Amino acid sequence: MCGICGCGQTEQQHDHNHSHEHGSDTHEHNHQPVDLGAERLVQVEQALLSKNNSYAEQNRSYFQAHDIFALNLVSSPGAGKTSLLVETIKQLKEQFPIAVIEGDQQTEHDAERIRASGAPALQINTGRACHLDAHAIGHAVMDLKVADNSFLAIENVGNLVCPASFDLGEAHKVVVLSVTEGDDKPLKYPDMFHAADLMLINKIDLLPYVDFDVDRCIQYAKQVNPDIQIMQLSTTKGTNFSDWATWLSDRVIS
Amino acid sequence: MHEISLLENVREILQEHAQKQNFKRVKKITLAIGKLSCIEPDALRFGFDAVMQGSLAEGAELILSEVAGKGICKACSKECIMETLYAPCQYCEHPFVDVTAGNDMQIKDLIVI
Repeated sequence: MCGICGCGQTEQQHDHNHSHEHGSDTHEHNHQPVDLGAERLVQVEQALLSKNNSYAEQNRSYFQAHDIFALNLVSSPGAGKTSLLVETIKQLKEQFPIAVIEGDQQTEHDAERIRASGAPALQINTGRACHLDAHAIGHAVMDLKVADNSFLAIENVGNLVCPASFDLGEAHKVVVLSVTEGDDKPLKYPDMFHAADLMLINKIDLLPYVDFDVDRCIQYAKQVNPDIQIMQLSTTKGTNFSDWATWLSDRVIS
Repeated sequence: MHEISLLENVREILQEHAQKQNFKRVKKITLAIGKLSCIEPDALRFGFDAVMQGSLAEGAELILSEVAGKGICKACSKECIMETLYAPCQYCEHPFVDVTAGNDMQIKDLIVI
């Protein structure tokens, strides 16, 4: 039995096409006579999206109980989430345990890169779906056997739209925006930048080659989220990487 | 996109209810769509007939009703109407409002045979 959500699916491949029921009734035989000619009204009142929120809250309680600091990393494809995590693992894995849940439509490429850098990783292939959901994360946490007092990175599917609406139970959403993407992204994707607590402006080593106005980008981000924290860094060159590493360590080791 | 997988979810729920409530066909279905739910009503209409094809709701009439976005301001605690997920409080302009309604999609009711 799954330790978080209580369903029977454990230690299986996480395939989003494999549906299973939570506590739904088995087939019942109703022997009441039915007038097949008469139309009648049936009240259903069943919400569809709130299921994700309840799984997310279960995850959140689990993380709190086990002192797991969980971050939901979001961005467009190619902003640098995986590279950021690879470098983070290399620099911090001696300080605390790190585990990663990777989300992509297809392939194990990202999980393989994470494992090569020295941390356990579980890949969820969402297939047609464009975001990770809380139920899948709950199972992944069990399957990965995430340690107490650790950092859990959830790298979401590259997408600045849908993941904003799907709580996974994380402590914070961290949005990564690279300077090759355009400085007005916070205004164009306001839900995501509003939902994030930290924005990492990445690839700043490329600033001389692109028309990216950092001050304007910061201003736009603060317009949709006045409380958002912002860092500028280059993962590949190491510039300001320690700001991110310190921010993270302070929160894991506390 | 979400609308198709949501409709597939709707179809499964209709099948469950058909067994529990003993009906064979759905003639009409009312879906309530939250203003903040990021669900596009046109996309839902577009996908509905295709997804319901061959099911107990094939040919059913689809009624969409909209649910307003509402929230409680984190600063002044007043109930606000929200047009977007990032809308500030309409009273004190505080940028963070906890959503209390309008961010879900609900199957309201069915006319069945």
